[in-house]
Amino acid sequence: MSGGAGNREALLEKITALDAEHAKAVAGGGEKSVARHHGRGKLLPRERIELLVDEGSAFLELSPLAGWGSDFAVGASVVTGIGVVEGVECLITANDPTVKGGASNPWTVKKIFRAAQIAEENGLPTISLVESGGADLPTQKEIFIPGGKLFRDLTRASARKQPTIAIVFGNSTAGGAYVPGMSDHTVMVKEQAKVFLGGPPLVKMATGEETDDESLGGAEMHARTSGLADHLAEDEHDAIRIGRRIVARLNWRKATVAPTSWAEPDADPEELLDLVPADLKEPFDPREVIARLCDGVSPTNGAVFDEFKPLYGTSLVTGWARLHGRQIGILANAQGVLFSEEAQKATQFIQLANQVDVPLLFLHNTTGYMVGAQYEQGGIIKHGAMMINAVSNSRVPHLSVVMGASYGAGNYGMNGRAFDPRFLFTWPSAKSAVMGPAQLAGVLEIVARQSAESKGQTFDAEGFAGIKQVVEQQVEEQSLPHFLSGMLYDDGVIDPRDTRTVLAICLSVIENRPVEGTDRFGVFRM
Amino acid sequence: MPQITRVLVANRAEIASRVFRTCRRLGIGTVAVHSDPDAALPYVREADVAVRLPGSTPAETYLDVDAVLAAARAAGADAVHPGYGFLSENAGFARAVQEAGLTWIGPDPSSIEQMGDKIRAKELMRAAGVPVLEAPEQPTEVDLPLLVKASAGGGGRGMRVVRALADLEREVAAAQEEAASAFGDGTVFVEPYVEQGRHVEVQVVGTTVYGDRDCSLQRRHQKVVEEAPAPGLPDEVRTALHEAARRAAEAIDYRGAGTVEFLYDPASERFFFLEMNTRLQVEHPVTEEVHGVDLVELQLVAAEGAPVPERAGRASGHAVEVRLYAEDPAADHQPQSGVLRCLEIPQEPGVRVEAGFEAGNEVSTFYDAMLAKVVVCADTRAQAVRLLATVLQRSRIHGVRTNRDQLVAILRDERFVAGEVSTALLPQVALPAPDAGLAPVAAALALAERDRAARTVQRGLPPAWRNVPSQPQVTILGDHRVEWWGGRDGYRVEGAAVVAASPEQVTLEADGVRTTYRVSVAGSDVDVDWPGGHAALVRTPRFVDPAEAVASGSLLAPMPGTVVRVAVESGAHVAAGDPVLVLEAMKMQHTVAAPHAGTVAQINVQAGAQVAAGEVLAVVEEQQEETA
Repeated sequence: MSGGAGNREALLEKITALDAEHAKAVAGGGEKSVARHHGRGKLLPRERIELLVDEGSAFLELSPLAGWGSDFAVGASVVTGIGVVEGVECLITANDPTVKGGASNPWTVKKIFRAAQIAEENGLPTISLVESGGADLPTQKEIFIPGGKLFRDLTRASARKQPTIAIVFGNSTAGGAYVPGMSDHTVMVKEQAKVFLGGPPLVKMATGEETDDESLGGAEMHARTSGLADHLAEDEHDAIRIGRRIVARLNWRKATVAPTSWAEPDADPEELLDLVPADLKEPFDPREVIARLCDGVSPTNGAVFDEFKPLYGTSLVTGWARLHGRQIGILANAQGVLFSEEAQKATQFIQLANQVDVPLLFLHNTTGYMVGAQYEQGGIIKHGAMMINAVSNSRVPHLSVVMGASYGAGNYGMNGRAFDPRFLFTWPSAKSAVMGPAQLAGVLEIVARQSAESKGQTFDAEGFAGIKQVVEQQVEEQSLPHFLSGMLYDDGVIDPRDTRTVLAICLSVIENRPVEGTDRFGVFRM
Repeated sequence: MPQITRVLVANRAEIASRVFRTCRRLGIGTVAVHSDPDAALPYVREADVAVRLPGSTPAETYLDVDAVLAAARAAGADAVHPGYGFLSENAGFARAVQEAGLTWIGPDPSSIEQMGDKIRAKELMRAAGVPVLEAPEQPTEVDLPLLVKASAGGGGRGMRVVRALADLEREVAAAQEEAASAFGDGTVFVEPYVEQGRHVEVQVVGTTVYGDRDCSLQRRHQKVVEEAPAPGLPDEVRTALHEAARRAAEAIDYRGAGTVEFLYDPASERFFFLEMNTRLQVEHPVTEEVHGVDLVELQLVAAEGAPVPERAGRASGHAVEVRLYAEDPAADHQPQSGVLRCLEIPQEPGVRVEAGFEAGNEVSTFYDAMLAKVVVCADTRAQAVRLLATVLQRSRIHGVRTNRDQLVAILRDERFVAGEVSTALLPQVALPAPDAGLAPVAAALALAERDRAARTVQRGLPPAWRNVPSQPQVTILGDHRVEWWGGRDGYRVEGAAVVAASPEQVTLEADGVRTTYRVSVAGSDVDVDWPGGHAALVRTPRFVDPAEAVASGSLLAPMPGTVVRVAVESGAHVAAGDPVLVLEAMKMQHTVAAPHAGTVAQINVQAGAQVAAGEVLAVVEEQQEETA
């Protein structure tokens, strides 16, 4: 390992910055808003979740930085994640009523859609902890029409026999009323839940009827009169207790029996911080990462990593390992660049994983497919297309971790966001864009120079330097994990030392549905 | 008299085990009798054969002469050992045993009678030249305080201290009632009460003196700490005591093991005869330890008519015994019941444990609540006391509250250590304030480790892992709220470093000092033991179904027992402290009073009902503030 201490310092600094951004999401609507909410005897979304999940179990929060860099609060006024309730892995969403009353903005909607996608792909029951003032009206144009998908997803989940539970703690009005309305099970908190299509002013305007909140949508009314509430809870604790009892009676059975024993990694995961170079131009050996993520040698695991084609296409490392006792196939960039050999090796390896029904893990550190006349002539597009074909049509679950660079079509080949890996997490050291900021700016300059010259103008190199700097700066910023995570282009930025735990949770979650590979791919251009 | 071949012990628990042990050593067969609640106690298993005495109450079982004799016949016993308590000082029983052709392991029935009637015994002793304590027939203020005692009594039952003449009549009546219920004989007598006196007694076998014991530390007139020899007696007092005991035994031509009890006034260096117990005492082991003698063996020898030694061997060392009771010293020594989940007393050299119970046994309220006697013998009193205190402190006792902490506090009390014992000392020893220290933290982490081990999905992850930490995990154990954080690097808590954690054991380091806590969990009960102490914690469930929550103002049974009387009717108005009903457990009556003024909303029991601890007996709805 080279440059350990410097690398560690650089990465620790980034982790500290990440913690600070997470803290913003946790702070919700700020001290005053939280105090007012607590003052009403109500719990915060994460407090509700902490009570809901099994004591001491893990909670993997998803998209915690959603909305980062936008006009909206970090976290997008909703908490989503995967937690274990009564021994069942559930997709949990919880509105944060301290952030503008829990109103949904465009990022909230994106975040909930992503959560619903995860629930669908992995077959998880969903639990919605509802308390939302509805849509953020100034941005309604971005919410209202696509937002219908939320309700569609709920009932489609139910149709797939994927249970849906809504626990209503407060406002759930207008469109929001369809969350309990579309759920299999509903619990409403006495004197708190308010579920109606139109409140007293709207009713007055529409029909002239004088009425009140409780008659229109109180928990008692829904439990005793309308029948929308299946359970009337005394208070928030009681609602969560009832929610847990509902899950306990789902008769949930996972598709696979989980392994019970394995060895922790042979190398210390703490050392991951020393591995990743502060400057991403420097490659690092992904085998060192694998040794710190995957199970160590034990009676049930004869080797940490059985490498496939170690002598061919050496810029991409492929092979088999175990993580918390579960077999996985790994594709990891070793030298950044993907050549034809690497693309073909990846294609074969993905097919092999599909033959034996084994999930795949992609560890990104790629600057993209090789360019240049020799490589174009050697069929780099053809071979890159084969790899992307394999990645796209593979039916075993994919997990992606962006460790370092993820540029260009390399991002696609390594199963970037557009290729729907089941989960995608980013390390604080990562960068992702169509190409590196300096390269991009350089390309722009060359194009501008050519354009000027073709028009017979003189290229103002000095003048362009300023533009180049601005562009480089902007691309740099937009390549960084917080920004990309804010755009929902990953499921979260994680401390590299937690990667093994995150992957173990994902692999366990995946097992809620059978893992079945395919033999159907698109036409491979040979 | 014929040689004894098979002994039935008409008793239970530790004393039955104790007698069986000597019998086994001498090649004598053993027969146990047991009531229904006692069927699982170790002594039943230790005997060669056992006979069930159907029923639960002492009257139905161990006090039923016919049933005990039938058991002896059925099991082919040829001798009966009565132990202590129950029928041990019942001359009628002794005679019935003899009339059934069996050997009575005890004194002549006439000796029991002579000493059993405490008024007659006093006269007898006065005649034999033994100093006695007497109260004037018409006591006046100067004679106060007085002690009312049951003539047929023992073990503190029916004893009452009277400090005002006005109370005398009422206390005599109460003592009579209690004596009648406990012993079937309501006779009581009154004697002066020596406040700072010491209870010193002399062991005899026949007329041979086996030294003395001090048993001054008593609660509710029941001994809890006993030692041999009695500390700090002037030589001439000790000699005179032994001589008085010998004369007492001689006066009734005593046979077998007995104890002559004296009240000793250290101020005047005078002693007075109190009573003679014509049986083996609970505290006999301290004498055995310092004299190197087996008193049960001597009882058997005497019962067979063989001569017992005329002189006791030389005493050496010092022995101290404590009685470990299932009781709550903080709640007036109320007897406790429940399943004894663990009883582990460190068996260091010099430690002798006489236990009637073992882990898993249910402690019922039908009988005496003594779990075990712990005896330590060492070269000096100081050594014995130090070891005994430590052994007690390090014992693991789970499931029932005990007087262990009080015993440790006594054994470490400066006055006790200095030998300044008196019957007034025990109430002066402050009960140690319960200090759980870091035990709740250890309990919470062990519980978390248990949860982790029991997980069916996502096994093997770090505890309470969060990628976005927002708050600590909270484990509530009664009044203790423990906050802890989990994650990649294991557990984190305030005020200590977590060195290691497993479902059974947690090691914490605070201020540079590492301590390992052993944690046992049974349902919601969490017991924590460490070298410096122990804590019995109860995990508060995270959720309570409101339908199961207990209404406020509910009166819960403080212990299992029988409802003697319901004092109010449903709907009645009561003031705070008004008796609502009376519960009897362990022959003690406990009044359950209204916690506040209000209306009796519910009465769930009636007189005669058996109730479990914690059962809701009645509900008193609090009175709303009324505007006049």
